Amino acid sequence: MKVLVPVKRVIDYNVKVRVKADQSGVELANVKMSMNPFDEISVEEAIRLKEAGTATEIVVVTVGPQQAQETLRTALAMGADRGIHVKTDAEVEPLAVAKILKAVAGEESPELIIVGKQAIDDDSNQTGQMLSALLGWPQGTFASKVEKDGDKLNVTREIDGGLQTIKLNLPAVVTSDLRLNEPRYASLPNIMKAKKKPIDAKTPEDYSVDLTPRLQVQKVTEPAERQAGIKVETAAELVAKLKEAGVIG
Amino acid sequence: MTSLVIAEHDNAELNDATAKAVTAAVALGGDVNILVAGEGCAAVGEAAAKIAGVAKVLVADDAQYGKQMAEPVAALIVSLAGDYDAIVYPATTNGKNITPRVAALLDVMQLSEVTAVVSADTFERPIYAGNAIQTVKSSDAKKIMTVRTTAFAAAGDGGSATVEAISAAENPGISEYVSEELTKSDRPELASAKIIISGGRGMQSGDNFPMLEKIADKLGAGVGASRAAVDAGFVPNDYQIGQTGKVVAPELYIAVGISGAIQHLAGMKDSKVIVAINKDEEAPIFQVADFGLVADLFNAVPELEEELGKIGL
Repeated sequence: MKVLVPVKRVIDYNVKVRVKADQSGVELANVKMSMNPFDEISVEEAIRLKEAGTATEIVVVTVGPQQAQETLRTALAMGADRGIHVKTDAEVEPLAVAKILKAVAGEESPELIIVGKQAIDDDSNQTGQMLSALLGWPQGTFASKVEKDGDKLNVTREIDGGLQTIKLNLPAVVTSDLRLNEPRYASLPNIMKAKKKPIDAKTPEDYSVDLTPRLQVQKVTEPAERQAGIKVETAAELVAKLKEAGVIG
Repeated sequence: MTSLVIAEHDNAELNDATAKAVTAAVALGGDVNILVAGEGCAAVGEAAAKIAGVAKVLVADDAQYGKQMAEPVAALIVSLAGDYDAIVYPATTNGKNITPRVAALLDVMQLSEVTAVVSADTFERPIYAGNAIQTVKSSDAKKIMTVRTTAFAAAGDGGSATVEAISAAENPGISEYVSEELTKSDRPELASAKIIISGGRGMQSGDNFPMLEKIADKLGAGVGASRAAVDAGFVPNDYQIGQTGKVVAPELYIAVGISGAIQHLAGMKDSKVIVAINKDEEAPIFQVADFGLVADLFNAVPELEEELGKIGL
């Protein structure tokens, strides 16, 4: 089966983000960018499905500026076969991304789309669910295990009280959680090889998707700072302080 | 203006998250209704009717809703959506799973993990793991959101809403429930626990978590963990507190052997009182702790247990 994996370029997860003084957003200039960690897990899962003989081709797609092509190259270096770059400098909300991905899915006819459960920039946790809704496909969100079972897909999901396994008709959308796998690093020879893999250049207009934001960002501010408290010397002193604070006893 | 709050429940009991979502819905203004979709969930409907500020409770009792599968539940909510100006779901796993499906089917851009209602169309929500707060104004006619339950107090009881049984919507029939492995515990669940004690990588092994459980049992606390402890396999994934796990805000949070990665802080820094026990005095967790104890946890935790015993706990 063909697998489609959307990837997003975001501020690297190790970077401490800084809010701009004019409250218009966070500082993006000269900040290290990387592939969204949940998307790396999605790419890895697709590669594992291919290595197991379940997947035949892995297509990675990104919606973003020129530099998002580097994110596609990273996925290609990990082992994806080809890329699609839907180029735009606009801020694209999850609903519009889902509409673009729906159109891509219409052209590519994948049997499975693996989406990261959320991007670590806007923390929306929406795109995969929205995409499956627009396609009329079932969704297996927050997956920690994915297994093809005949013409169905078994997905084990991380839920509030533990784990849940569901069976989905194919085609389906899966969103990857942290424990689905541990993504590999691309080897140098594979990084070189990835430079020759094809990337299709597209625009949102090619798919007739309106990118006009529905949510207008009025300001972005720092969260309330928490003040460091005091150090206690012993467990006895700690218990006394907690009693004083009225939270125990 | 009428809002529909989707109830979080297990068919037997109404989860506290629902009453918190009601508070957010009340802040939008207008009437508040609750939808209870489940199987054999009459008691949940009755409990929901007692939440103050709720005008009407809709109960869809049908086998297809028993396990809160996204496809049928979303189809049901969409079928009801015409009567509502806002749909509010607590940001539980079910809320996160189902709400975006509803939003896309209604061509609405969802507001995720709302932490404050500024006005009927303007909201605050955390981005970048809570390192920034975004204020956004929605131009969609219908507002569809998940709300972070730790940011809203639970609506009180004393309500007497009417309860109305509604029929099921057509099941898309593209997915089915297979099985569940739920962690069994007599301790309070993390989302509603008043006290939480959590262990991190410093615990060294899952075999050492009973040390924390003994304290938990003395305090009536829930037991959690950092992502590092979960990734190391010490405890199951549903223990995880942090941006990608559960977000909690108990009265008292005790972090043991947790360094305090941004990821973890995002999940607990709204706790009322934070205690950190760590042998590394430079650990970032001390920057958010009200009371810090720089000590080897393998000495400090048994001492803490003993001291709690001395005050009759």
